[in-house]
Formats: sequence, structure tokens, C-alpha cells
Amino acid sequence: MPIIEVRELHKSYVVGDVTVHALRGVNLSIEPGSFVAVVGASGSGKSTFMNILGLLDRPSSGHYLLQGEDVSGFDRDRRAILRNRLIGFVFQSFNLLPRTSALENVELPLLYSTNGHARSSADRHRKALELLAGVGLGNREHHTPSQLSGGQQQRVAIARALVTDPELLLADEPTGNLDSRTSVEIMEILQRLNRENGLSIVLITHEPDIAEYAQRVIAFRDGRVVQDTPVVRRRNAAEERAALPPVEADV
Amino acid sequence: MTNLLNTFRIAIKALQRNAVRSALTALGVIIGVASVIAMIALGSGARAAIDEQIQSQGTNVIYVSAGSFGRGGVRSGSAGTTTLTLDDAKAIQEQVPSIARLTPVVRTRVQVIAGDQNWNTSVEGGNEDYVVVRNWPIASGANLAPRDILSADKVCLLGDTVARTLFPDQDPVGQVIRVRSLPFRVAGVLAPKGQGQWGQDQDDLILAPYTTVQKKLLGITNIHQLMVSATQSDAVEDVATRITRLLRQRHRIQNPDDDDFSVRTVEEMAQTRVQLAQTMTGLLMSVASVSLLVGGIGIMNIMLVSVTERTREIGLRMAVGARTRDILRQFLTEAVSLSVLGGAVGIVLGVVVSQSLTRVLGWPTLVAPASIFVAFVFAAAVGIFFGYYPAHKAANLDPIEALRYE
Repeated sequence: MPIIEVRELHKSYVVGDVTVHALRGVNLSIEPGSFVAVVGASGSGKSTFMNILGLLDRPSSGHYLLQGEDVSGFDRDRRAILRNRLIGFVFQSFNLLPRTSALENVELPLLYSTNGHARSSADRHRKALELLAGVGLGNREHHTPSQLSGGQQQRVAIARALVTDPELLLADEPTGNLDSRTSVEIMEILQRLNRENGLSIVLITHEPDIAEYAQRVIAFRDGRVVQDTPVVRRRNAAEERAALPPVEADV
Repeated sequence: MTNLLNTFRIAIKALQRNAVRSALTALGVIIGVASVIAMIALGSGARAAIDEQIQSQGTNVIYVSAGSFGRGGVRSGSAGTTTLTLDDAKAIQEQVPSIARLTPVVRTRVQVIAGDQNWNTSVEGGNEDYVVVRNWPIASGANLAPRDILSADKVCLLGDTVARTLFPDQDPVGQVIRVRSLPFRVAGVLAPKGQGQWGQDQDDLILAPYTTVQKKLLGITNIHQLMVSATQSDAVEDVATRITRLLRQRHRIQNPDDDDFSVRTVEEMAQTRVQLAQTMTGLLMSVASVSLLVGGIGIMNIMLVSVTERTREIGLRMAVGARTRDILRQFLTEAVSLSVLGGAVGIVLGVVVSQSLTRVLGWPTLVAPASIFVAFVFAAAVGIFFGYYPAHKAANLDPIEALRYE
């Protein structure tokens, strides 16, 4: 069973007097454990697609099956519960809470958990610390975002996305605000999560070279899928990082 | 329960992030609650003081005054009404049952001199029962004797204030004072009685035989007032009614509006003052409530600003699984925390203010536990009421828009 299956997905909304057709009939399915890149220019509909996949938005028509369940008609609260259980988000601008420690940022989704895990604050601490260690920030749990570099902030955001053990990670331009070295580091983490934990990842990007870290590239134009191909020569972030010249000091 | 505690902790953390702003916002509620507490304390204090005075005065006293406080028309007041006479007094004493004591009263203001001291005070003319009716012990010396009354002797009792002013360092008993150049022998000194019903100094007076005051000081034959004590307090109403009926009959008055006298009991007088105190308290309370209202609007204002500032935070919380009710609860808790913390500080401040009012200005205050509870509940209600709209606004943001908000 695919983790994501969409059929005849349409989305249109009204801006002033104009009706914008952001999605015009999208059909595709994504198998569990795959790493998919969604590419396209701005206005191609990839962001709208991502919002619907992330249950932040609802399609105007068509069906979205998440783990076989048709969620296209779910109301706000049911979508919120599913987002918490099944989906982790990583954003271009990190979206960490300011003046809040890395640890508390990572714990945040657990506060809204409805399926009973990590109920006590000790449980939440343990879980969050474990995940921060997993992204290489085990010693920085009390740092606030302003005390962390961009790459570190994005790693906190990844830890936050994983804290509820989601089935799907949605990464929206995760390297858009990062330099190329840090981008490789972030992609290395994503590739490792995909390979070792079998986490399904959908990566939204407009950079073709970033898309090459995925196994499959889906290209959007004018609200339609115009290309859906496997990546022929997939990049390996771990090897690339090892080949990079060492940095003088860890920031 | 843990959920609620979590929400509260998140709220406190959010408020701490803008500590100064939170404190200033809470200040509105602090001032509102403090003034409500202080005003209620002032009101109940006044009431308790009135009750205490009634107890000390005795509840069985009836005042029959010349002149009417009645409604409408031009009244000349007690000073100009000469129709209350000693014959009325005699008739009341003889015909109305359940009367324990009775004293005619005439009064005037005089200048008194003793040695090189002088003082302007009032002379009350009464009989030997005056001190009994007013429940007024004699500190030293002797009461007026019936003989003094009969022969209109120039003797007097001094109130505590007068005694201390005229005779700062000697015993006044047996001394002679000059009242409008007439020599009066001081027979005794009254015990201090303190502030009167309206805050006046009750001890600033001289008590002399009413006959003396009538003949030697005023040159009148009528009397200004009769003070009557009933044998027991539940006879007061009946005695008052009978006196009224008797006087109307003697003065040939058909219509109660034409009364040339008024009969009042201590109870009635206290009632008037309790009402006055209540009106004042109500007035001050409404002013205090307005400041609480303004405090609430302050909370709403800051919460709206906060919602706008934290739009991205709200979007993020929604993205990671916060439901409408989670966001609503979070912002409502923040508003209520602000108002409840403000309320708690306001209660402390209100108690301190009340006590300062008593200590510095001498106003009686009484902080009732019920008023603390009411103020606290009121503060929380302000938080809920004024926090709801911003919280509702936050909870219904579109997560996509909120995440994109700059």
C-alpha cells in the first residue's frame, strides 16, 4: 500500500476577481520508505501540493489517501491530529520558537500528542534529548535559536519533525537558507533517516542539484505533473561531505 | 490535569518572554482589583463602625426634635420652631408608657473662659437624666442634681475636650468657668466619648441644667429637643408612635406633613447613615469597576498585539498538531494568567491600601474574605471575557497563511 496516493487532485482559490487553478488534476503515488523530490518554478503548484500532502490544506476536488485512508474530507481538528501523528515538517526558515531552548522546541509536538506516548515531562525530555543527539546537537539542548547557526537551527527543526515518530517527512526547501556545505550536512541527515529508519521523505526544492539527493524527481508546471522519473545518478551526501576540506572550528 | 498544568506553564513562559509588557498590562487589573478591594473594605468598615456606635449608644433612645425634617414647603428648622414645650415633655412622661428616662434639651454656642484659656463650644441644657439617656459615664465629680435643675443653678459638667482645653494641668472639678461672662461652677467631667455619628467631636460640649440655659443664656421658654429612653429596645417603635400621636394631638395637627416636630430613633438614624455609606461605597465601587474594565481592555489589546506578533508561532504550533482548542486554550490561559496574577497582586495591594487608609487617615476599613474571593473571581472573569476574542482569532488562523506571515 502506498503511503501517499492522490487521484485527480484539483485545487483552486479566488484571489480578488480571479480564480487561480493551482492544481489541475494531479495523480501519483509514493511508496513507503521512498525519498521523493518535488521540483518546479514558483507558481507551478508544488507548494500547494505540499500543503495538501501536509494536511495544512484541503483539495477542491479529488482524493488524497494517506496510508490508504481518504483524508481529503477531514476537518481542521482531525487533520491536526493526523499531522501530529504521521507528518513531520521541515521549513526553509526553520520556524523555531524564538527565545525558547532547542530542547523545548523539539518537545513542542509532543505537547499536542493525543495518542498517549511521551505523556510525562520526563518522557518528553528523554525523547527530545535522544533526537537532538541523533542530529549531532546533544550538547546544545539549552541553546536558544539565536545562539545557533543556521545549519544547527535546521537540525533542531529536523529533530522536532521526528519527535512524534512520523511516517512522512515533508521538507520544504530545507536548504534554501543555508550555504552549500551546511546544505550537504542537512541532506546527509535526511538520506541517513531515509536509509536507516525507512522514513518516507518528500523534499520540495527549486534547486535541481538538491533534487539529485532523492531517488525520484517529480516536476510540476502549471499545476500538473510534467515529469516523474527516477534519479539516474543519485548523489550521496555523506561521501560528498567527507570529501569536503575540513573546517577550522565548529561554530 | 497534567494538560492544564502544561498549558499554564506554556502561558507563563510566553508572558515571561515579554516580562515588562506583561507587568504593565497586569497593572491595569492590579489597580482595578486593588481599588475594588479597598472600596469594599471602606464600605464594610464604615458599616461596622456605625454598628459599633449604635451598640455603644444604646438602641433604645428616641429623639423628639422641634421643627420638621418633613417633605416639601419651607421649614424653619428646629431653631425657629418654638412649639415644643416643657408641657409636652410632662405630657409625654405622664401619658406614654414604657418610658425609662426623659430629658428636655436646649442648646446654644458660647464662648467660655477659665483663667487665661478660652474656648468656643456648645452648651447642652438637660436634666439629671441627660447622662443616663445618652449612656454617658461621669469621669470625675458629680452629675447635675435635681435641685440644680429646679433652681436654675449655674453649674455644669465639662466634656473631655473642653476640660482638657480649659484646664490643661489641673482638676476642673470645683473650679469656676465663665460662660458669656456668667460664672458657672464645674460639678464634674464627662468621660470621653470620641467621635460622633458624623465624625464630630462629641466631647466638645458643656452640660448645664436646661433651666439655666433657657433663662440665663437664651431667654426662651420652649425646648429644642426631648431625649427619651424606652424601658427596653423592643418598646422603641411603640414609644415613638405614641409620642408622635400625642404631640399631633396636643399641637392640633391633622396632616402628618404639617408636623412641627420630628421623632426619630437611633435605629432610624443609623439606617440613614448605613444607606449613605452604601451609596458612597456603590459610587466608589463603580469607579473601581471602571478601572477593572479598562484593565480588561488593556489585556485584550495586548493579547491582540501578541497574536499578531506570534502569527508564525501559531502557524507552527498548528503544523505540528495543535488543534483549534489547543490554541484557544493557550491564549485564553495567557490572558487569564495575566488577569489572575494581576488580581492576586491587586488583592495584596488593596489590603495594604485599606490598612494605610485606616492608619494614615483614620478611616475605618474592614477587608472581608468574601470581597477577596469576589475580586479574584472577577479578575479571572475579566481575563476570560477580554481574552476570548484574541484567542478565538488566533485559533482560527489559517495555518498556511500563519506560517507564511512576515
